[in-house]
Amino acid sequence: MSAVSIIVLVVLVILTLVQVMRISEISSEIQKGKDNEVSPKDNDTQGRLMLLVGFGFIISVVVMYIAWGRHSLPEPSSAHGAEIDSLWNLSMLIINIVFFIVQPILFYFAYKYRGKKGTKATYYEHNNRLELFWTMVPALALAVLIIWGLNVWSTLMMPENEEEPILVEVYAQQFNWTVRYSGGDNELGYATVHEIAGANILGVDTQDPASADDIVTKELHLPVGKPIQFAFRSQDVIHSAYFPHFRAQMNCVPGSVTNFQFTPTVTTAEIRQNKDVKAHVEEVNEIRKAKGEDVWDFNYVLLCNKICGAAHYNMQMDIIVETQDEFDAWLKEQKTVAETL
Amino acid sequence: MSTTTTTEKNNHFQDHLMEHHHEENFFTKYLFTMDHKMIGKQFLITGMFMGIIGVMMSMLFRLEIAYPEQSFPILEFFLGKWAPDGVMDPNIYLALVTIHGTIMVFFVLTAGLSGTFSNLLIPLQIGARDMASGFMNALSYWFFFASSVVMVTSLFVESGPAAAGWTVYPPLSALPQAMPGSGAGMTLWLISMTLFIVSSLLGSLNYIVTVLNMRTKGMSMTRLPLTIWAFFVTAVLGVLSFPVLLSAALLLMFDRMLGTSFYLSDIFMGGEVLSYSGGSPVLYQHLFWFLGHPEVYIILLPALGISSEVIATNSRKPIFGYRAMVGSILAIAFLSFIVWGHHMFVTGMNPFLGSVFTFTTLLIAIPSAVKAFNYITTLWKGNIQFTPAMLFSIALVSTFVTGGLTGVILGDSALDINVHDTYFVVAHFHIVMGLSAIYGMFAGVYHWFPKMYGRMMNKSMGYAHFWLTFITAYGVFFPMHFLGMAGLPRRYYSNTAFPMFDNLADINVLITYFAIIGGAAQLIFIFNFFYSIWRGPKSKQNPWRGNSLEWTTPVEHIHGNWPGDVPVVYRWAYDYSKPGAEEDFVPQNVPLAEGEESGH
Repeated sequence: MSAVSIIVLVVLVILTLVQVMRISEISSEIQKGKDNEVSPKDNDTQGRLMLLVGFGFIISVVVMYIAWGRHSLPEPSSAHGAEIDSLWNLSMLIINIVFFIVQPILFYFAYKYRGKKGTKATYYEHNNRLELFWTMVPALALAVLIIWGLNVWSTLMMPENEEEPILVEVYAQQFNWTVRYSGGDNELGYATVHEIAGANILGVDTQDPASADDIVTKELHLPVGKPIQFAFRSQDVIHSAYFPHFRAQMNCVPGSVTNFQFTPTVTTAEIRQNKDVKAHVEEVNEIRKAKGEDVWDFNYVLLCNKICGAAHYNMQMDIIVETQDEFDAWLKEQKTVAETL
Repeated sequence: MSTTTTTEKNNHFQDHLMEHHHEENFFTKYLFTMDHKMIGKQFLITGMFMGIIGVMMSMLFRLEIAYPEQSFPILEFFLGKWAPDGVMDPNIYLALVTIHGTIMVFFVLTAGLSGTFSNLLIPLQIGARDMASGFMNALSYWFFFASSVVMVTSLFVESGPAAAGWTVYPPLSALPQAMPGSGAGMTLWLISMTLFIVSSLLGSLNYIVTVLNMRTKGMSMTRLPLTIWAFFVTAVLGVLSFPVLLSAALLLMFDRMLGTSFYLSDIFMGGEVLSYSGGSPVLYQHLFWFLGHPEVYIILLPALGISSEVIATNSRKPIFGYRAMVGSILAIAFLSFIVWGHHMFVTGMNPFLGSVFTFTTLLIAIPSAVKAFNYITTLWKGNIQFTPAMLFSIALVSTFVTGGLTGVILGDSALDINVHDTYFVVAHFHIVMGLSAIYGMFAGVYHWFPKMYGRMMNKSMGYAHFWLTFITAYGVFFPMHFLGMAGLPRRYYSNTAFPMFDNLADINVLITYFAIIGGAAQLIFIFNFFYSIWRGPKSKQNPWRGNSLEWTTPVEHIHGNWPGDVPVVYRWAYDYSKPGAEEDFVPQNVPLAEGEESGH
């Protein structure tokens, strides 16, 4: 049925266009075929439209910032996240300044210099000083961004730790996550895909003494204020462990172990009291209520952010950031590898 | 010395034409032609056909994103068993985004854009009778055609087309058991791309040789129109980078078919450990992006070349800072080879490499900024003629600026971490590369349609097409920045699995409305294009009053382009509104008047 209606619609559109064409053909005959040359009237109309639509676009960008800016992620919940966000804010400031200067000039010039009868353009082919100027200004702005960016990057990648970070493995497979804590020795036991069998989904080598106190869970609990050194593995295809609230992301690559370190700074309980997060939760729950879905409470979440197959869109795990005591109590309840395998 | 030989050759060619004026039949004229103008048109029509498929796919998956897991009979109509009861299957969703990307990047914006206009314009604008090798040129088209046929065929295989994203990262793309799309569909994808690469190399070599050796007398490199500079540098990029993709594709084929382990190691899938050992999936990414990033400029530079020409002609002014424009094309091309790692900041590669790639990537902003400012200064104090081509060129400057700016964020490794693979990236590259390049392509079609078909396209439909496209395209892609800043990953079949994204659903609906209107607006263009081929009013020889040599050829196409001698060039291509000149343009083949200083 819908196929028929689509075909009918397409035919109607084509018929309309044919009619439009015939009308324009007749009118063009009246104007003796001059219809397809750009007339001064066209230049005037199109120039004005350039100004109108161009500025309409610029204003709509402002409107989008006001309407949707609040959807942006809440303030970072990790120590390095604040550094990323300051750099982000500076970069956004610079590119927005450029945007809101250059775009209006472009559309204004298009309007201002629209072709008029009897005018002649100015022959102006180059100006080395001007060109040097707008080579140097971006170069200087970029120098600032590059230097600061590299600085942040190196602190992210090579963090200096006052205390030894807790080692946690995040393990990816189509289409779920598993976590392995290193236990009391803070050392992960050797693991390989060749050991995967039955309940040993991570392929932990039970012969390795370091593996005995490892703890395998399906939830990621993290103690607040402690640096966490993540080791990422995948058993099948590339996945990407994306922690948007912590401004962290790292690919999980089969055949190798990748690393990322961050220190969570805000517990789940605290972030639920954040006013942006509260507003977000309220807004979401109103939508969910209207659709008859469960009420949602904010949780940190780990997403897969590298296409990995059919259920890629639903490969997730909750993250709970809690106090050291809560974390210790939770961890104590979990069974070690020695107990389960 | 070399120019005299060229002239002699030309005269010889002319004699040859006079002696054997052979009759052409349908096959030699339209199909197995070696005439560069016809080959250009073949590229254009094939590219447009592929473009229709690519855009229609985006309509289907936009519908799914706006109304996830809902039933639409139209989906079942197009997708059959992949949309049982009108609900799209996640596997076909991934296949649609994959093939949409592949088709738009390679078939439309590489072959359709560069293939069309390099072929059409290089001989016409440098004053050559044809390409250096007409046969290689025809071969280039037919490899492209075969590649297109294989790609379209892959849509109909039992297990579905390739679905691992247009970058087809292994192991996902290497293992048929990882997803249905990695079966026969992926094999055909690789075969198609191999044919495509051959086509691209044959074309590029031809363009380079032609530009270097076959310029007419007086056409020094510094008198070349910027279109030719752009096509020339694009061809160099293609020759240097496409072979690397070929090797990446071949190694992937070996892994898939011969059991080698170039990209695979330690994989457990389907309840067993696979026998691959010692390879690295990241190796593939290095090889892929060594092409992949120059590819962005292979797409973009021809569009920038076209817009330079169109903006200068229709502002009735010289392009501002010709040498800076050439310099920035060269700088962008050089830098494009040393920035590929910015696609891989979160792969776990050595952090030092991340620093280097951040540095080189952000440097690209400098020549890009120079180009943008020079375009704007070209408009300044111009006498702008708003042809549809001019409108699209101005829109190109706008999207080039908008999209380029967010590149400053994504190119910065520290910032990329949090928006990598989110909708922020989708917004960025669609605006800076997709829209800019497609606007350049539209500008080229509107501007050189009279040269291709001897007729004019309808102006009013051109205006309607432009405004609808310009408004809806920004309406589709600008809001995506906000989705990305909310942390929404790309390539998600549905966002309903995460309640935190529930409040973004409205934005996605809005985007889909814009997408459908914008997609429908392209029907105006297609209708205008085909209608004007047969029914458009006859064009004058030089309808836009341009300076470059293509407008000195007769409206009716002939082999060898010029009925008499090839014109000799006395000036650059941008003597518009030159003081002292009678008209507001002075074609390149007009000798300098007495006492006239050669501008520039």
